[in-house]
Amino acid sequence: MPDPILELRDLDAHYGDFQALFGVSMRVAEGEVVAVIGANGAGKSTLLKCIAGAMPVRHNAIQLYGVSIGGDPAHDVVSRGIALVPEGRRLFPSLSVEENLLIGGQLGRKGPWNLKRVYELFPVLEERRHQPAPSLSGGQQQMVAIGRALMANPRLLLCDEISLGLAPIVIRDIYARIPAIVAEGLSLIIVEQDVVQALKTARYVYCLQEGRVALQGEAKALTREKISAAYFGV
Amino acid sequence: MEWLNTILQGILLGGLYAMFAAGLSLIFGVMRLVNIAHGDLIVLAAYVALVATQTLGINPIVSLIVVVPVMAAIGYVLQRGLLNRTLGDDLLPPLLVTFGLSVIIQNGLLEIFTADSVKLNAGAVEIQSIAVGGGLALGVLPLIQFALAIAVIGGLQWLFYRTALGRAFRATSDDQSVAQLMGLNNAHVFGLAMALSLAIVAVAGVLLAVRANFDPSMGPARLIFGFEAVIIGGLGSMWGTLAGGIIIGVAQAIGAQIDPGWNLLAGHIAFLIVLAIRPQGLFPKVHG
Repeated sequence: MPDPILELRDLDAHYGDFQALFGVSMRVAEGEVVAVIGANGAGKSTLLKCIAGAMPVRHNAIQLYGVSIGGDPAHDVVSRGIALVPEGRRLFPSLSVEENLLIGGQLGRKGPWNLKRVYELFPVLEERRHQPAPSLSGGQQQMVAIGRALMANPRLLLCDEISLGLAPIVIRDIYARIPAIVAEGLSLIIVEQDVVQALKTARYVYCLQEGRVALQGEAKALTREKISAAYFGV
Repeated sequence: MEWLNTILQGILLGGLYAMFAAGLSLIFGVMRLVNIAHGDLIVLAAYVALVATQTLGINPIVSLIVVVPVMAAIGYVLQRGLLNRTLGDDLLPPLLVTFGLSVIIQNGLLEIFTADSVKLNAGAVEIQSIAVGGGLALGVLPLIQFALAIAVIGGLQWLFYRTALGRAFRATSDDQSVAQLMGLNNAHVFGLAMALSLAIVAVAGVLLAVRANFDPSMGPARLIFGFEAVIIGGLGSMWGTLAGGIIIGVAQAIGAQIDPGWNLLAGHIAFLIVLAIRPQGLFPKVHG
């Protein structure tokens, strides 16, 4: 296995007295798509929040290129090359589509992504570049959220439930762009409730159950029975 | 004709009130911080200008070159060192801390400069005026003051909607936690917003000090004028803030014309009328 760009070592996370993650370990290699699946409340979003720097965690629990970044402030994590597509899109409502994208790129990290490339990936956004972000359809807003994260030119892109609340045809449309994103050499962690979509997209899958890794393996090797056992704990 | 004159003078005064309000509106918009010390910071700027003019021997208007950066630096340090620690889900801590700051500034100025009122002397420009016909004359200084107010408001509008910094301000205002996740350092963005706010305060403070006598205790009243202008104009609208300032200025001028004792009262009454009829302000941009 090639050297991982991201490694989680025995990661715990807490909301006050409540422990949300228990000793999660994970590796993501260069150019690899990793899916994290699990039921509601299994800790998937918490896991991404920890990586993105939005949760206080042990410093050496998260390593990017061998450097400990656990608990670093979110804006430092972005400048090191990790960008998040947050759950529910969370666009800036008073900014136009283009301004939302520019906010993503304001740190000026070098890389293949810029406004022109994002518009090539999602041509519909160029037509609507000057519209306020909330005026777009859900699918288009999700494209803005992905574009905004890509504008940061990350090495690792975290996608939290990008299929949430979207019609199946729109979900297929968005997932169809993932290969073009991976082709630029960045790695992805996708958190999904849609297990079929996750298994289709990812090479390696982790299944969380109540804050613990209940199952992991290559997407091709996982059977439906194994997954539902890990998913529901029965 | 006398009334036309009154209204014109009121409009020009409104420019100054709009400047009191602009800095207040800016930081409330960006970080939901109500700065109770805003009026005292205006007075502090006036004293900084007093020291600058006395030690450097320069005209008060020229002293802006010194006062504006000094106040902006104070703003940045104040925000990062103190006010950022008070920000959170609760509006109360920043309110209490800036209230305390207001007391500290007033008493600090009182210790250093005494309660004697002072004034900055801008020289001949103070008594020059331009005849506009019909026996009306507009003072050069009020005109400069109004022009500066338009420039400040227009500049803020441009900065907010045309620059990367303005974009960062609006994004942070929309959603602080996501702004952070997109790589914005909120502590720094807030520091810059407060620096900008106090840069405007510096301009307002110098104009105030040239216009009339000032002493350490007059900050809170300026804060009220600023608040009233912001609320009349509607939160989040820069040009609305200018309109709000003008309405208070004109109301005060008309009140004073009727009876000198009605000067301040008329401004407050105008504010209450707007609040009763249109509580969201005349040109609201922020909802909820």
